Amino acid sequence: MSDVVKRPAIRVTDLHKSFGSLEVLRGVSVSAQQGEVISILGSSGSGKSTLLRCVNMLETPNSGTIELDGEEIVFPPSIRSKSSNRKKVERLRSRLGMVFQSFNLWSHKTILENVIEAPIYVQNRPRADCVEEAKALLHKVGLFSKLDQYPSHLSGGQQQRAAIARALAMRPKAMLFDEPTSALDPELVGEVLKVMRALAEEGRTMLVVTHEINFARYVSTRIVFLHEGAVEEEGKPEEIFTSCRSERLRRFLEHVDVR
Amino acid sequence: MDHPSLLDVISFGPDGWAPAMLAAAAMTILIASLGFVIGGVIGVGGAWAKLSGGRVTRALADAYTTVLRGVPELLVIYLIYFGGSAGVSSVARWFGVHGFVGLPPLLAGSIAVGATMGAQFTEVFRGAFQVIQKGELDAAIACGMSISVCFRRIIAPLTLRYALPGLGSIWQVCLKESSLVSITGAVELMRQAQIGASATRLPFDFFLVACAIFLIISTASGVIFAGAEAYFLLGSGRK
Repeated sequence: MSDVVKRPAIRVTDLHKSFGSLEVLRGVSVSAQQGEVISILGSSGSGKSTLLRCVNMLETPNSGTIELDGEEIVFPPSIRSKSSNRKKVERLRSRLGMVFQSFNLWSHKTILENVIEAPIYVQNRPRADCVEEAKALLHKVGLFSKLDQYPSHLSGGQQQRAAIARALAMRPKAMLFDEPTSALDPELVGEVLKVMRALAEEGRTMLVVTHEINFARYVSTRIVFLHEGAVEEEGKPEEIFTSCRSERLRRFLEHVDVR
Repeated sequence: MDHPSLLDVISFGPDGWAPAMLAAAAMTILIASLGFVIGGVIGVGGAWAKLSGGRVTRALADAYTTVLRGVPELLVIYLIYFGGSAGVSSVARWFGVHGFVGLPPLLAGSIAVGATMGAQFTEVFRGAFQVIQKGELDAAIACGMSISVCFRRIIAPLTLRYALPGLGSIWQVCLKESSLVSITGAVELMRQAQIGASATRLPFDFFLVACAIFLIISTASGVIFAGAEAYFLLGSGRK
């Protein structure tokens, strides 16, 4: 099936976002087909984190369209649709699993409670089912033995794996990763990347903002390079790493550590 | 009882004052608790207004906390008792009842305590909310929680974690402030001690007993608050 017929899992079109007079995103368009893993690269200040936060509307875009699984939200919303928009935004968010740089587990809940929280209170699924599924997910990310612990008792890598399990528990249509390994000690990065690689191999749709160049190169199916709030270049990893067109991207890749 | 003594003050016998004193203690706890609850509700609204309200609601909340924290509590009690009673009286006139109709002392007292404490609550809740890690709220929003679910499941328990020490001292103030409510005629501990003192001419004994009862109540509530603090600190890394 060609890409033209297949409907993308996520499509972001012409996204603009400004903070005050600072224009952070200047018309970014990105789309991900079902099962695609897109690495978003760029130097700091290129707008990559803002892009991800706009996709699940933690930041409200000034203009643009976000389409997820066939449902679309247009910014700015028209006056008429404003009231119905809030519900729609909440619904779309619940279909996107977000993983943050600083994990952001709820500190007053145990690991298990963190994972079952949203399935129970957002999706209204029966508690027993959620607990069962949560245990399976925690087993998958290697934290089954920690499910009664509080986040503060876990290492950064363990917290991030728990956060991934929490995102998966919502049965998301796509996963968003916002620099998931940047806050980790170097020796803990591997365990998180391993979980992410496993998710990619399962065929999950993922948007990953990262500095892990090896993950971008060997795991992702496509690379998007942002520069000053616009897509500077995008393509398959093998093309990007062997023959990129953009001089800026070439310099960026020279500076990052390719092991 | 020709020569009443301290024993009569604490006795349950026919001439004893213990039942009256205990009833008054219950009244004290009731006024303080109602005031605490009313203040808490005002505080949640006030903190919400200050943190996320528009310019007008924020200005109103600021005016409220400035006024209520800057005016003597006794004055607030008078204003609410007489202001409320004037309101009730004018309503009563519609139904053909003339003259002064007082607001029930328990109601006036707890509203007055609540109104003054609401200002303290507002600041305690606001401060506690600001300590919450912004990321924990991001995570709640990102998984599609509505504002009400997020408030109930995430914001409230995390705010309470940081607010509880402050709430403990607000409660102690509520207890003490309830004694001022005696001026409206509510028979709480202070008022009952005065009644007993003038009836028996044993002021020192009565006020000593009242003092002991206040201390028992505040000590017991201190234990309860310590327990609540330990519970809400779970997972904070401090326990």
